[in-house]
This record gives sequence, C-alpha cells and structure tokens, in this order.
Amino acid sequence: MQNENLVQISFFNQLMLVHPRKKQNERSEASVQVSEYFVNAEGTGDKVNLSDLLGTVEKTSGASNKTKKQLRNLQSSKETLELPLNKQQTEKIQRGIAYEKTTAEVSCWKNIILQNQKAEQMVFPLNQESSGPKRVEQVVAGWKVQTPLEQEIFRLLHGSRQPVNDPVLTPVEEQSLKAMSLEEAKIRRAELQKARALQSYYEAKAKREKKIKSKKYHKVQNKAKRKDFLKQFDEMVKTNPEGALEELKKMELSRMEERMSLKHQNSGKWAKSKAIMAKYDDSARKAMQEQLQMNKDLTQKMVVPSDDEHESIEEGLETVPDFVNDPETVIDPVNPWMRGQLTHEEPEISCVTAEEVQTAEEENEEEEIIGEFERKRKLRQADEEDLIPTEEERKKIRTILSLFVSTREGSNQTRGGLNTAGEEDEEGLLSEGQIRVRSIEDLEVLDEVVEPRAIEEPSAPQTAAAEATSEPPHKKKREINLKEVLTKEAKAVRLPFLPTVVDEEERDEQISIIKEAFAGDDVISDFIKDKSRQEAAGRPAVVDLTLPGWGEWGGVGLKPPRWKRKRFRIKTAPPPPRQDQKLPDVIISEKRTASVASHQVSQLPFPFQNTAQFESSIRTPIGSTWNTQTVVKNMTKPKVVTKLGAIIEPMVKEDFIKSKTTAAGDLVFLSNYPKKINFIIFFLLQTLSSIFVVSLLGCLLNVPT
Amino acid sequence: MAAVTPEVLTSTHVEKMKKKKLPKRYWEETEKTDQSQRRPEEEQGKAGQNQNKSTVKEKSLKRKNGESLEKKDPFPGEAPIPQKQLQKFQRGKKCKVPAGARERLKEAIAISEAMSEHAQKQAARYDLLLPEDAGFLEGDEDEDTNTISQADIADAVDITSGSKYFNLHLSQFGPYRLDYSRTGRNLLVGGKKGHVACIDWQTKDLKCEMNVMETVNDVKWLHTEAMFAVAQKRWLYIYDSKGVELHCVKKFNDVLRMQFLPYHFLLATASATGFLQYLDVSIGKEVAAICTKMGRLDVMAQNPHNAVIHLGHPNGTVSLWSPNQKESLVKMLCHRGAVRSLAVDKTGTYMVTSGLDRKLKVYDIRAFKPLHSCFLPAGASCLSLSQRGLLSAATGEIVQVYQNVLGSNPVSKPYMAHRLRGQIWGLAYCPFEDVLGIGHGEGFTSMIVPGAGEPNFDALDTNPYRSHKQRQEWEVKALLEKVQPELIGLDPGQLSKVDQASFEQRHKEQIEALGFDPLAKDKFKPKTKKKGRSSAGAIEKRKRKVAHEDQRDEIRQSVQERTEREKELKEKSNEKKLGNKSTLDRFRK
Repeated sequence: MQNENLVQISFFNQLMLVHPRKKQNERSEASVQVSEYFVNAEGTGDKVNLSDLLGTVEKTSGASNKTKKQLRNLQSSKETLELPLNKQQTEKIQRGIAYEKTTAEVSCWKNIILQNQKAEQMVFPLNQESSGPKRVEQVVAGWKVQTPLEQEIFRLLHGSRQPVNDPVLTPVEEQSLKAMSLEEAKIRRAELQKARALQSYYEAKAKREKKIKSKKYHKVQNKAKRKDFLKQFDEMVKTNPEGALEELKKMELSRMEERMSLKHQNSGKWAKSKAIMAKYDDSARKAMQEQLQMNKDLTQKMVVPSDDEHESIEEGLETVPDFVNDPETVIDPVNPWMRGQLTHEEPEISCVTAEEVQTAEEENEEEEIIGEFERKRKLRQADEEDLIPTEEERKKIRTILSLFVSTREGSNQTRGGLNTAGEEDEEGLLSEGQIRVRSIEDLEVLDEVVEPRAIEEPSAPQTAAAEATSEPPHKKKREINLKEVLTKEAKAVRLPFLPTVVDEEERDEQISIIKEAFAGDDVISDFIKDKSRQEAAGRPAVVDLTLPGWGEWGGVGLKPPRWKRKRFRIKTAPPPPRQDQKLPDVIISEKRTASVASHQVSQLPFPFQNTAQFESSIRTPIGSTWNTQTVVKNMTKPKVVTKLGAIIEPMVKEDFIKSKTTAAGDLVFLSNYPKKINFIIFFLLQTLSSIFVVSLLGCLLNVPT
Repeated sequence: MAAVTPEVLTSTHVEKMKKKKLPKRYWEETEKTDQSQRRPEEEQGKAGQNQNKSTVKEKSLKRKNGESLEKKDPFPGEAPIPQKQLQKFQRGKKCKVPAGARERLKEAIAISEAMSEHAQKQAARYDLLLPEDAGFLEGDEDEDTNTISQADIADAVDITSGSKYFNLHLSQFGPYRLDYSRTGRNLLVGGKKGHVACIDWQTKDLKCEMNVMETVNDVKWLHTEAMFAVAQKRWLYIYDSKGVELHCVKKFNDVLRMQFLPYHFLLATASATGFLQYLDVSIGKEVAAICTKMGRLDVMAQNPHNAVIHLGHPNGTVSLWSPNQKESLVKMLCHRGAVRSLAVDKTGTYMVTSGLDRKLKVYDIRAFKPLHSCFLPAGASCLSLSQRGLLSAATGEIVQVYQNVLGSNPVSKPYMAHRLRGQIWGLAYCPFEDVLGIGHGEGFTSMIVPGAGEPNFDALDTNPYRSHKQRQEWEVKALLEKVQPELIGLDPGQLSKVDQASFEQRHKEQIEALGFDPLAKDKFKPKTKKKGRSSAGAIEKRKRKVAHEDQRDEIRQSVQERTEREKELKEKSNEKKLGNKSTLDRFRK
C-alpha cells in the first residue's frame, strides 16, 4: 500500500512539474477510482467530443429523426460561434441604449418646459388654488383634520366602518365572520393576560434593581447572570440550537473585540502598579491573575455545537409573545360615546390591569360582539325585506358615515382593494393626513387641464398712416443761389390799423435795418464759408508719408516727385454724404452724440434678425404717461409671481401628465362622496361647540345599537 | 401662465355628468318625499343646498339668455373704434414677420405687436374721456374777426371769461416780461426797471411783489409755482413765491433770456457774453456751459418736443443746441437781417421766426425747410405760439394773432388784433386758457383769444385745478421721472434705436471720454535686478528683447503664411509637371 502511495505521489509531482500551472479540476461525480489526493475519474485528460455524447443519441429509438439529423449536421459543421464583443464595445452599446432610454424619458418634460419658458407669467406654486370664494365641495375636499375635536370625530367615523358602494357585507360583518370561536378567544385572552402580567412584573423588577447603586452588588449580580447565562446556554444548545447559535455568534464577536483590544492584558496603568505590588501583596497578584484569566476566558475559542442534534422545539415559558408589544388602540374611557362604537376588534387588550372587573366585562363584550353580529344579520334581512323604516334610517346614517370615512381612504381602496379591517383602521389613524393630501392632489391632477398656449396671432395689418408731411424729393444742387432761397416772395399782410406811434427804438431798428440791407450779402457769404469750412473739417485728411530727400535731391523749394506723392500719400475712403448736402441754408452737425449712445442698445438682442424688427418691438412705451392703467399693468406684469410664504415645490410629472386610470378612479370616488353629510359635519365643526358636536355625532352613530 | 382657476370648474362639470349615471340614492328620495324631515339638515348645510339651487338657476338663466341674446344683440363683440382715433394713437409702423423667420422671432414679434395694438386700442377708447372741444371766433358776414375789439368780446362772453380780459397799468417800471406757470394759474411779470410780481391771475390774488433794484432782463417760473428765476443785471437770482431770495447763481452772469425745460428740470440761460448755460434746478448744478461764439444772445426759444434750445443770432441764423454738444446741432440761415424773435410749436414740427428784414417765416424743423414766409410791414418783435397753434406777433404796439399759420398755405390777414399803448416786450399764451398775456411799456394786458388754449388737460401732468397736496405729490413723481440731460438730442426717440456705431468708433469715443485708452497694453517695464544686473545697459538689452513684440509676431506669421503658400504652389506645379503618372508614382511619398 505504501509503495503504491509513494508511486502515486511521485507521479503527481511529475504531473505538477509538467503542468505547473494547470489546476486539476475537482470533480464531485461518483467514480470507480477515487484518488486519495484529488477526486478524479477515468480518462480525465481526454477531450470530450460531441460525437461521444451523440453516439448514444443515434442509438436511442426515442429521439426523432429530425433532431438526429440536426445533431449530425451540427457535428459535421465546423463553424464556430462568434466571439462575444469585448467589454468596451458592449459597454458602449449599453450606454447608447441607456442614453436613448433616458432621452425618451426626459423628453416628456420638453413640452412643459418650453411652454413655461414662453409663458408671459408664471405663478408659483404651480398648483395654486384660486383665491376667490370656493365651492363647498372644494372646501370639504381640501379639509385637513387639525384640531383635537376634529380628530376625535374622525376617529369616531373611522370606527364605524360602513359599506361604501352597497356591498353585500359590511367590513364589520366580514370581520365578525372571520372572528374566532368563544373558546379560542378565551384561551387567547388568558395567554395575553399572563403575558402582560409577566411583563409588568419583570419591568418592575428591573426598575428596582437598576436603582441600586452598590458596585459590589452589580458585580455579584453580573457574575450570577453570567453563570446563569452559561447554564441557560447549555440548555439552549439542547433545546433551541438556533438561538444558541446566535448567542455563540455574539460570544464570538466579543472574543474578537477582546483580541483586538488591549483590555485585560496587564498593560494598563492599574495593571502596572499592581505588578509592582504583586511581589508583596497577595491580593494584587490575585487581581492580576484574575484579569489574565478574564482575558483567557474571553479570547478562548468556543466549540461549535454540532448541528446534528435535532430535538423537539419547546417554547420557553418565560418568552413573551410578540403581540404584547403591540400598541394599545386608543379608546377613550372618559368619553361615554366611545362605548357606543360598533366594533371592538381587540377587546381583550383593554382589560389587562384590573382582573376582577375584566372577567365580567369580557363576558359582556363577547356577548356584545355576538349580539351585534346577530343584530346585523337581522338588520340585513330586514333591509332585504324593506320592513321597518327606523332601521332603514339607522342604516342610512351608518352608510353615510362609513362613506365619509371611506372617502378618506378612497384612493387606497380603489387602488389596492379593501385591506383587512384592523390594518385599515390603524393605517387610517396613523397616516390620515398624508392620505388625504394625496387624494386632494389626485383631485387636482384630475382637474388640471394643461392647455397648450394659443399663440396670439398678430391681427390683420392696419393701414399705415400716410405721412402727410412727406415732400417730393428735393433735387436742388449746391449751386443753388442762397439769395434766391432767402428772398422768396413773401406775401404782404394787410393790417387793420397801421402803427401810429414811432418810438425811438423803432427808429433805431430802422437804422439797423438799413445797415442790414447793406450787409445782407455778407451774411450769406459768411454762412456759405462757414458751411464749407464744416464740410472740409468733416472730410478725412490725406496722410502724407513722403520723406523728402529719399532717393533724390533734397532742399528748400524742391517738391517730391509725382511717383512719390502717388505712392506715399494715403487717401482714406470718403465719409457718407452729409445730412445737409441738399439743404444749402442749413448746417447740420455730423458729430455723433456719445451721451445717448451710452444708454442705447449696442447689440441686437437674440431673436431679432435686424434692427428694424427690434426697434418696432420696443416702439410702444410702457409708462403710465402714454398708456392707460390696464395696459401699463399688463405690460409691466412680472415674469414670475410667487406667493409669499408658500413652499414652491419642484414640478412633478403628475402635474402635467395624467394617467387615465387614476383619473377614472378619482371620478368614481368623487361621485360617491356623500356631500350632504360632509357639509353637515363640516359646518357643525365650524360653528358649534365641541361637546355638542360630539354628542350629536354620537347620537348619529348610536342609532343602530 | 399656469393658472389653475379653469380646471376647478371642469371638475364640477364632470362630477355632474357622472352623477346622472349612478343609481338613485336614498337621500335624493328623502329630499323629494319628506320635506319636513329635511328642514333641520337644510339649515345646517345651507351652503351645499344653495350650491345646488344656484346651479339650477344658472342653467335656466343661461338658457333664457342664450335665446334672448341670439335675437336681441345687434352689436356683438366689442364696440368698434373709429379709424381716425386709432390712427391718432399709432406709434411707428407695424413690423411684418419675415418669411423664413424662426419660431422664437415669430413669437417675439407677435407678442410685441399684439401688445402695442392693445395699447393703441385702449388709448383710442380712452379718447372718449377728452370731451372738451376748442372753439373760434366767428364774425358776421363781411366782418373781419380782427376788427372785433376785446371789450366787445368781454361783454359777449360770460362773466368769468370776461374777467380774463384785464389791464394792469404799470407805467413806472415797464416794459414788462412775463411768464405763465405750466398749469396756467400763476403769472409772473418782471418790469425792466426791477419790478417783479407774481399773481394768481384768475383770482387776481397778488402773491408777491417786489423791486429787485436792478435791471430785470427776463423772468421764468421753475418747475412749480413755488419758485421762479429772475435774470437780473449781473446774475441770475432764484426767488420763492413769497419773494424771498433763495439763490444768487453767480455762475450765470449777464443773462438775457431764459427757458425752463420742465421734464429735465433744466434752466437754460442765454447771456450777453454769448454763453448758453444749463442749470439743473433739481440738484443745483450747472450741467453745461457752451460758448456759442455768436455774440449777444437775446433771442431764445425751446422746442418742447425734444428740449432743444433755439437761439436767434444777429447774422440771421438760428442755431439749435443741446447740452451734450459743444457746437450747434443745426445752424440755419433764416433771415437776411438779425433774428428778432423765435417760437416753436408744441409738437416740435414748426418753427416761426421773425427778423429785421420784416419777414415772418415758418419752418418745418424736422426737415429744416422753410414752408412759407410773409412780409409784415412793421416786422414782429415778439412771437408766441399757443397750444392750439395760434401765432401771435407783436408789431410795434399792435398784437396780431394769426390762425392756421402752421401749414403750407401762407396767411393773408390776422385772426385778431389788439392795439396797446407802449412797446411790446413780452408775449405769452396762458396754457389751458384762451388768454394771451402781453407785457408792454405801460404794464400788462390779458387778452382773450378764443381757441388758443388746449381744452383738455392731462391732470397727471399739469393740472390747473390741483391742490397743494397734489402739487407736492406731482413734484415727487416728476422728480422721479426726471429725464437726464444726456438724452437731449434732435431725435427724442434716439434711445429706442440700436446704436449701430462700429467698435472702433465707440472705442475712440471711450478714449475721448476717459482721456486714456482702456484697452491699450502696458508699456514694458523691466524689473530691477540686483547684483549689478540692473545697469542701464542691461535694462536696455532686456527692453530690446521684448521690443516690437506685436510686430514681430505679425512678421513671423506672415512669413510662415508665405512659406506655406509657396510650398503649396510648388506642389501644385510639381503635380502639373507629372501629369502622366508613371508606375513608380506609388513609391512617392
């Protein structure tokens, strides 16, 4: 045997030498030969051909000819599968697809964004209600429960779950149908009682112990606990292996922590001081040893308990059932009307503390439940037969109230169907506000109609006002005699009375007139000179770059030659024609007024293609001096209006994209809404005193009992 | 617009629709059957009930109205606006959307056009609120209106109107200059020999009277009737309505004529020394002082349309000035003799001049072209244009009023005439009144000229009946809306035009305004180095290194370009040479 083994080992080594990197595949199949070192089957090194596998197929009669043929073809064909694309390429393709997807997803926002950009005015928050007087339906629909009184009433209404859309059974009835038998209920109640009692006992004890300040006591206590725990653990290993495993894990964790830390390693300050004292003091030595022992204990590896042992699982008596921790449903003991509630889902819970009273009560309650159930059945029968008017009334009120309750959960119900009764109640109480809000939003979404903004078409072109003062083009040249212009024939004006008095001043004037008559020619020639001077100043000067003496003789009285003048005298382009070119008796300054230019628009704003378009777009003034009040308000209205103090939330998809399903659901829910009762409650709350309302509602609800 | 209002309504409609389809409810039954039971509920839920009722009512009303409307309303839609009124409020020409315009442009044009059209229509509609109309004096057959005397008119009209014809006999300190306040309530008269008085002329309530003991050349109200400026012998003085001297502006000396630009809060003065000065009365600063180099400036007028000052000169020219330009905007040769008087109409379209050559000329000052001229035997020493375009000319001691002067057809005879005693020194129409004030050597005369004043006043701008409080409020508003003097120019709409000057031009202007070139590169300054490396020679060397850097760059670039071009040319020529390919071409790189 040993030789064989040796041989095999050497063979293995050789193999390893030959194929040092190749790993032997481990096979878990059953085979005849089992190696000691690795699992191996016969003929491992060989390649498995398709033919090897297909040979059997050929022989089997069950396989169809077609498949055989296909397989044969496959065998004969030498085509290989294409290589999969490399990582970069696949990722690129994936990215491309993802991009397309996201663009499609995002592009649904495009329209609304464009629309908002174009909008003359945006009012935020977007889903704002109109500020005017509201209809009562709207007010009631958007009504949140805020005050304690309202909350109480809503709780009341919740309690009586009534049919919404005339179902066969009310939720209460359904619930009661599902209810357990009397015996079962009793057992359950007893269990609960015990659990509660135990819990309270433990709590009291823990409190008491926690108050004790002595360290020694706690030390002892801890030790005892540990011991107890170990004992328990041993037991647990036998009884509850899963729990034990968890405990073990915890221990493992603490061990790890211990190993990581330097605690109990005799390396601390205290330990060092003790080490000095250890020679002389026994207690110190003991303490040190204790510490080390602790370390050892903590770092010791635990033995894994074997999983094989499976024993029957018994529930520990001490373990507290889960339902003990469930929150107690709030039932106001003070409020007498609360007892008139139609349902008591968990009557056991309310009676844990006082045991003597309980039993009697319990019986009562159970009787109540049973009695109620019976009554209901009767009622239903009566309804079917259309018998008693009073009961009808009662039922009516109940249904109305239930409808009112149900409307708040309407959205939930319509979506997910009816929940179980208990869940529904809790949910309703806890998340009442939220649900309501959502339903309102849904309402609004339903209502909202995103109308595409009609682009205002420019109205029919108006007939342009003919310029009255436009004159035929003047074709006078500069040569026109100014004298002619000035001495245009003037009409003499006939006066009713001639001047009689001649003042000294007038005499002076006459003298000056005579003077002017002689100097008249001068005035005109001066003006012409002035104008020519102005024109000359406006013309750009010729730049003379000729350097005398370059390439020729220089000196006084020598002119640069023509070629030089031609080449080095630079003429700039002539300026545009003067404004007063055709007005001989006018000089218009060609200077640009830079002062206005600094206030002007210097670059054409975006959508406009030429200045004429832009200028015509701003030709109408917006001030109140030139416009009526309404026009000014309209023209200067702000682009964005926000409501003071309102939260502006980002736009939600639901705001502008409405799904048909939700809309339909909301419609049904809306139509079923019993408005009348709503109004009643609403106005009661608004107007009347709290006690009265509660009592009144209690009356309404008490009718069926 | 993200309004939410309409949606709410639709929801209720939908609700109703749905409600019809549903089976009957018990409460509906009860409502119909037992009324008595419903009573208490109804009281509580009144609102809900009312809702239903109201809807029912609405429905019935609608039906009724629908039927009646179809039959009765013969004028559907908005009331039409007369084309004439619309044209009155048209501003500029409509812009057409070009053929291949982008969507954004189309929208922008459409919105602006819609807005301006809306504004125009509204203004035209509100034109209804200007009910007053102007009238004119009409004589009997073959009776000239100019022969009707003032006394006759005063007798004919009602007492209040008749009281507007009055004479102030002030022969001691004359001749008088005068000015009416913008609202037309207050009158300011200043005698040449120092007598200054301000009067609420309608109530004949004298507000203040004083003698400044100096020659008074001109008087002018400032923006309100609380302050006025008096151009005295040497300096310009500002008094308040009680006659208390507020300022003596010594920067403004030898002022002969004044004009107040109400929207700019500028007091423009023309002095004997040939200076045209602007005083901003809101901040008390001199805005501009321009030396006109045209001699004594005693003829002055303002263009109310664009706040340009017109000055008449002894050489027969009229020059136009703005505070932003040191030279005249326009210079026109109007008369062969000196210009005696000037007047510009309210719309800024026409200018009327009179010169020593005894001619009266009407110019279109938008085109700077003479429209017509007429010969007055005595020549007009003073001219004034009323709000409705009546021209008054003082020829000697006669005041003539001409109608329809502003136009292309020349006038032949005056509309009204009035003889006074003494030389006429000042003429002014009272705004919003059919009154012409005449200052002359013997005092002041208020003359009734029917059809002179604008019958409709803009109460937000100039309200003749405003209270003290209103005046204060107006003052604040006017100060807030003050137009800056930089915006004065020949074209008041210049601001709404795109500045199409080139970059170079703007840059040049900037350099002129700043006094330096903001875009110029800093001159290279070599760092001071130590250890003897900052010697003069070394610094020069370093300077040499960076000298003409720009030019060098340019040269480098041009050289590179040239070489590249040459290379290309060479290649091309090579290709041409080797037109027929050989087999060895493939080895060519």
